[in-house]
Amino acid sequence: MAVGKEIRSQIGSIKNTQKITSAMQMVAASKMRKAQDRMAASHPYATQIRNVVSHLAEATPEYRHVYMQERDVKRVGFIVVSSDRGLCGGLNINLFKAAVKEIVEWKDKGAEVDICAIGSKAGSFFRRYGGSLVAAKSGLGDTPSASELVGSVKVMLDAYEEGRIDRLFVVYNEFINTMSQKPLVQQLLPLEAEAKQESDKSKVAGWDYLYEPDPRILLDTLLVRYIESQVYQAVVENIACEQSARMVAMKSATDNAGDFIDELQLIYNKARQAAITQEIAEIVGGAAAI
Amino acid sequence: MAMTMHCNVVSAEKKLFDGRIEFLVASGVMGELGILPGHAPLLSELKPGTIKLTKQGGAEELIYVSSGFLEVQSSTVTVLADTAERAGDLDEAAAKEALEAAKRAVDDESVDLSYEQAVAQLRTIQLLKGIRNK
Repeated sequence: MAVGKEIRSQIGSIKNTQKITSAMQMVAASKMRKAQDRMAASHPYATQIRNVVSHLAEATPEYRHVYMQERDVKRVGFIVVSSDRGLCGGLNINLFKAAVKEIVEWKDKGAEVDICAIGSKAGSFFRRYGGSLVAAKSGLGDTPSASELVGSVKVMLDAYEEGRIDRLFVVYNEFINTMSQKPLVQQLLPLEAEAKQESDKSKVAGWDYLYEPDPRILLDTLLVRYIESQVYQAVVENIACEQSARMVAMKSATDNAGDFIDELQLIYNKARQAAITQEIAEIVGGAAAI
Repeated sequence: MAMTMHCNVVSAEKKLFDGRIEFLVASGVMGELGILPGHAPLLSELKPGTIKLTKQGGAEELIYVSSGFLEVQSSTVTVLADTAERAGDLDEAAAKEALEAAKRAVDDESVDLSYEQAVAQLRTIQLLKGIRNK
């Protein structure tokens, strides 16, 4: 029967697509669990080191590390953490929007902007957008190692130390829960004292740590470790976001494909029924004529 | 009741301890450190060694750290370890093996650290045994 051949083939192709999207959904779901575990595992360290460093920023040390010095902002560095692959809903686009908004604000204030892109999506976006891309890193996979990130982070840290950039931000997706992720712009350098009302004891002006060994050596290692751990945490968190965003996107794609198939099936059945009815009518008409 | 302070011990991979303690002993790069509540703010690098916590109530806990940082505020202590392991989770045989391997290659600069780490692990295990036998 020639009726509805196109509809049938369309249904077939949508079914194929549905199979793919539902497979991707399941893969993303299992990867998401692992990514969330990894994120949770390194989270305490990242939080604690941030606490320590924010205490440090509140202190009034005799030796001020270059990372602690506020400078006039002439040039700003951004580390933008994105995914390597697409098909994860609006995750990357929302992130880039947040980054671009921030970049435009700094440009309005007359500062230039340098970008370090982690993840191939950020690389290709900022190549098109036309910022000055100073470093790009992609292909980190699902289990990034801190040592892989160090290279691109180092570029920015060197730039900061040499005074080519005066502020450094990291832009990534914050994992709130499986259903929602939020783009976040966090300042890495210079160090910021956390704006929270702590017990006033530590607010006494003019206190400083006892350093063992020398503050110079200690702060060098501590602060570099701090930046690395923050960037690592951003990357790990972004991966968890990517997987859950993909899972949600693929789930809705699978659902939509199902709806679409149902609709087409209905149209197909109607067309087939109409053809049969017509055929019967023709036979009956033909018989009556004889 | 004895004075207590809050203590956090975290490694890059996990959280090892979070609670109130009375006393802490750690091995800093410049020597052993004993921290009681109300200690002056201190920031120190740690070398491979044992962290001994006296928890609220007097129970003791041992944690091995490979290296890292110690931060002391008057009411909180934070240990940021590169890698850390509860003493009970340490593998004595593996540590001994690492020690032997390190001894064999004692001239090599790069194994210097692993030698120190293996020694520190074994010492931690011995300390733990000492506590258990008490």
